[in-house]
Amino acid sequence: MTIDWSWIADHTDDLTSLTLSHLQAALTAVFLGLLISLPLAVIAHRVRPLRGFLLGASNVLFTIPSIAIFVLLLPVSGLTRTTTVIGLTVYSLVVLLRNTVEGLDSVPVRVKEAAKAMGARPLRTLLTVEFPLALPVIMAGVRIATVMSISLVSVATYIGDGGLGQLFTDGFQRNFPTPVIVGVVLTLLLAVVADALLVALQYVLTPWKRRRA
Amino acid sequence: MYELFKNLGAWLVSGSQWSGPDGIAHRLAEHLQYSLLATLIAAAIGLPLGLLIGHTGKGAFLAINLASFGRALPTVGLVVLVFLAGGLSMLPVYVALVALAVPAIVTNTYAGMTAVDPDVKDAARGQGMRGHQVLFQVELPLALPLILTGLRLALIQVVATATIAAYVSFGGLGRYVFDGLAQRDLVQVLGGAVLVAVVAVVLDVALSCLQRFLFLPHARTNSHGDTPTRTA
Repeated sequence: MTIDWSWIADHTDDLTSLTLSHLQAALTAVFLGLLISLPLAVIAHRVRPLRGFLLGASNVLFTIPSIAIFVLLLPVSGLTRTTTVIGLTVYSLVVLLRNTVEGLDSVPVRVKEAAKAMGARPLRTLLTVEFPLALPVIMAGVRIATVMSISLVSVATYIGDGGLGQLFTDGFQRNFPTPVIVGVVLTLLLAVVADALLVALQYVLTPWKRRRA
Repeated sequence: MYELFKNLGAWLVSGSQWSGPDGIAHRLAEHLQYSLLATLIAAAIGLPLGLLIGHTGKGAFLAINLASFGRALPTVGLVVLVFLAGGLSMLPVYVALVALAVPAIVTNTYAGMTAVDPDVKDAARGQGMRGHQVLFQVELPLALPLILTGLRLALIQVVATATIAAYVSFGGLGRYVFDGLAQRDLVQVLGGAVLVAVVAVVLDVALSCLQRFLFLPHARTNSHGDTPTRTA
């Protein structure tokens, strides 16, 4: 299996636009997942009876293979970017919900009671005490959700989207390995870079962790 | 929309759809066969590796990074690549299925082993147990709940990947999805997707129940496995 380097040189414009489209789908999904999962996690953390239901229901969604989710959305949103983003959001949501609940659970009760004793209301305690302390576990979820979404976008190639995934179907149809190899390498690169940026972001967001180290 | 659901219902229950070499019964059997065999092979590779890393504490770096790598690897690309390299046979696709199942098994086995209380291991050694005795009589039983979680996650991952493998002329339930997409037959596409989703959810729920039944006294452990992810 040899790589046709001239094909890569001739297609840099296409590769750039596919990479950007790939990244856009993945990041939109993680952002929407975060937007939906944060309030759900607070509910799951504070309202015990709903906790099992929320985590259980999201686990069932997580079990469904991605190609099935994309396909089952076809009657609703058709062969569009919307289908891709909804499908990916479902998976991000599950990872983020799980980690955010775990993060909120890990905040020591003493700290929350200290905040209460100092006169902080529940919302203020949540925003200024619980979320910051839960941040490392939440960020671990964001990293996993991001890497997972970047990897999963290519499945959407079967419904006519898929960013870099289009290189896989293209290479398969023409029995030509170069685009497939390029697609795999670029996907891995995107994942590594995105993960490194998130590690850097976490470093900036949690200054107290640095001082102790 | 109503018409579509009616046709889908008819497709799923019609007798002719369930029989024959392209029937649901045969495709379901194929799908389960691929998934179980690939998971067994992955377990044969991943379990010893995870136990060894957890027992010796060496190679933890590998166990952790293997998980990230497995998470980032695009399934579709891998399946197409092994197909183009290996030609039209079952073997390359099994390679891809196994490769994507191994990380979940290694990382959860490793997580289970590291969650074993060091005091318990010390006590076992203090009683004169040898290394292999500590591993098989103390660490392995205590790590078993998380090890089984890893196997369950790997199986679910393989069920999803096997669906995608249908794209490169593999059998199984994914056939309906890809044949349907090629023929612009939405009912067949949706039928395949429903079947795959049901298989995955039923397997997951059944194995979770089995796990809970086996480990009833330990059901509330504090140890968490690796956060599950999907690549297919």
